[in-house]
Amino acid sequence: MGAIPPVVDDLLTRALVCELAVVNAKGEAVVHPLIPLWDGTHVYMTSSVLFSKKLEHIKRDKRVSLSITDPIATGGSKARCVIQGDARIIEDDPHETWEEVLPLWRAKEPAIDSFLGKRFALPLFFERALIEVTPTRISWWADGDPSQAPQTLDLAGAVA
Amino acid sequence: MKIDGNLFEKLTAYPHAILSWVGDDGYPEQTPATFQVDPMRGEVLVHATGLPAPSDRDVNFTVSHIRPQPGIGYDQRRYIELWGRLQARDGGYALAPRRAWGWDEKEMPFFEYSERSNDQARRYLRALSAEQDRQVKPRLSRFWTFLVATRLPFLTATIVPILLGIAIAAKNDHFSWWLAVLTLIGGAAIHIGLNVANDVFDAISGADEANVNPTQFSGGSRVIQRGLMTLRQMGALSLGAYAVGIAIGLFLVIYRGSLPLLIVGIIGVLLSVFYTAPPLKLVHRGLGEITTALGFGPVMVVGAYLVQTKEWSAEPFVASIPVAILIALILYVNEIPDRNSDALVGKRTLPVRWSADLVTKAFLVSALGAFAAIAVAAIIDVIPLPTLLALLALPLVFEIYRGLRRWYSSPYDLMGIMGKNVQLHAMTGLLLLLGYVVTIVASHAFDSVPRILS
Repeated sequence: MGAIPPVVDDLLTRALVCELAVVNAKGEAVVHPLIPLWDGTHVYMTSSVLFSKKLEHIKRDKRVSLSITDPIATGGSKARCVIQGDARIIEDDPHETWEEVLPLWRAKEPAIDSFLGKRFALPLFFERALIEVTPTRISWWADGDPSQAPQTLDLAGAVA
Repeated sequence: MKIDGNLFEKLTAYPHAILSWVGDDGYPEQTPATFQVDPMRGEVLVHATGLPAPSDRDVNFTVSHIRPQPGIGYDQRRYIELWGRLQARDGGYALAPRRAWGWDEKEMPFFEYSERSNDQARRYLRALSAEQDRQVKPRLSRFWTFLVATRLPFLTATIVPILLGIAIAAKNDHFSWWLAVLTLIGGAAIHIGLNVANDVFDAISGADEANVNPTQFSGGSRVIQRGLMTLRQMGALSLGAYAVGIAIGLFLVIYRGSLPLLIVGIIGVLLSVFYTAPPLKLVHRGLGEITTALGFGPVMVVGAYLVQTKEWSAEPFVASIPVAILIALILYVNEIPDRNSDALVGKRTLPVRWSADLVTKAFLVSALGAFAAIAVAAIIDVIPLPTLLALLALPLVFEIYRGLRRWYSSPYDLMGIMGKNVQLHAMTGLLLLLGYVVTIVASHAFDSVPRILS
């Protein structure tokens, strides 16, 4: 995989929320705001079984896209990006497999530990699946102007 | 979500949007966009899309918002999605949405959203079980599952009156510690049987399923709805708890040879079973409060007293009156957030039958009545004067009354008030108990006990 542009790396590291687009059974795009967790190679998101329609869509069609475009969610960064990729659902044990990304989650939402402490009150919320996205194509607007065409990086190729 | 003027008005509060569609290669495409709303034409005018958007297929137009909270994460989550076909117009696009969906945690609290999604979770876990060829179900430790399923913290409702009955007997020179322990275990077992049976019958009637605003004080334990335990397991747990309670009760009756104790025990078990069980279903008939008052008031206090003394007495009955009123008020207040779902399944509780004004005023009158009963009983010397210590809990009554009036229709805000109401019962009962302990200690400390301590 090619190198992720620093501006995109920064957005993935900062963003408190992204908009994950998946394809539903009718072939339409459906969008779900989620916390993107970035380990430098894959983008991870987690989903409770309570809100698991997105997981059903991904199992049917692994092609996804996620956008980071809200300056409020990125600590004021003007840059914006869209990442297309292939998603994989990891849910060997929905009770605890997702906890692998807990350190990344905690870094963005420290309150998660308090929620976890009340797991008995929200048992289904903490039965979760991991969504692992391997980026295949990245588009970004370094100055944040959405009226301009973005720069793009095909991760098998070079910057267009 | 309805596509109307209200929806378009909501859209204007969002500063930016994402346009998404499925590209020719099958991957979703996304681009940030700016937009304006034209409520008159029922359109969203989309501009400044970095990528050319298609007009030959449906697109998804999403606006979303969060408020970052440093050191916590974020809150104020809300988003709206629209679907429809774009039409090129004035260098941009016009979207007349055909379908809309969204969530605003201010309008639908996260806990309610979660409860409304229980069906999806169960469906998904069933499918996952088939995929993985093993049963995948939500897990909690045995300890937490037992604690949640039995609603163990609510055993204070049993412990307080039983301790009070034992203390009254002790004041009258009757006390056996092992009989006291057995009474507590037996009473707790019946209470657990009742709590679990209540969940079983509310699951069968659909009352708990229809309740999308459960709180830690109302709406049942939710272990069946959340797939932590099956109806059959809960039924077995309830029967097991009743079996333990009844066995202990029978042992105490036989050991003490007390007919009055047998009568009180039978009344207690019948009230407990028919609280939600057919054919009586007392709670469905607006009789939940009186049933609870009798069961957790006179039955517990007098029963515990009889185990120790074998003899009838007016004192435990009188002392049980305030405890009975306050325990009934716990149920009464806990029924307030459940009233809509209860009404759906024909559970005609008092908050279902009465107006908010009547419900809150009846709370105030009843709670004040409980304290008046203590004061009168102490003054006319039926219970010891030190039990007037219980009046220290009186300010809580007014705090709860104000909270009920303020948060009557806000289930999650009401939770704090419901907690205070549980405290009111426990604190009053424990202060009554303390009054008896003071009297017992004084009777051992003084040859001639001063009036104020007896």
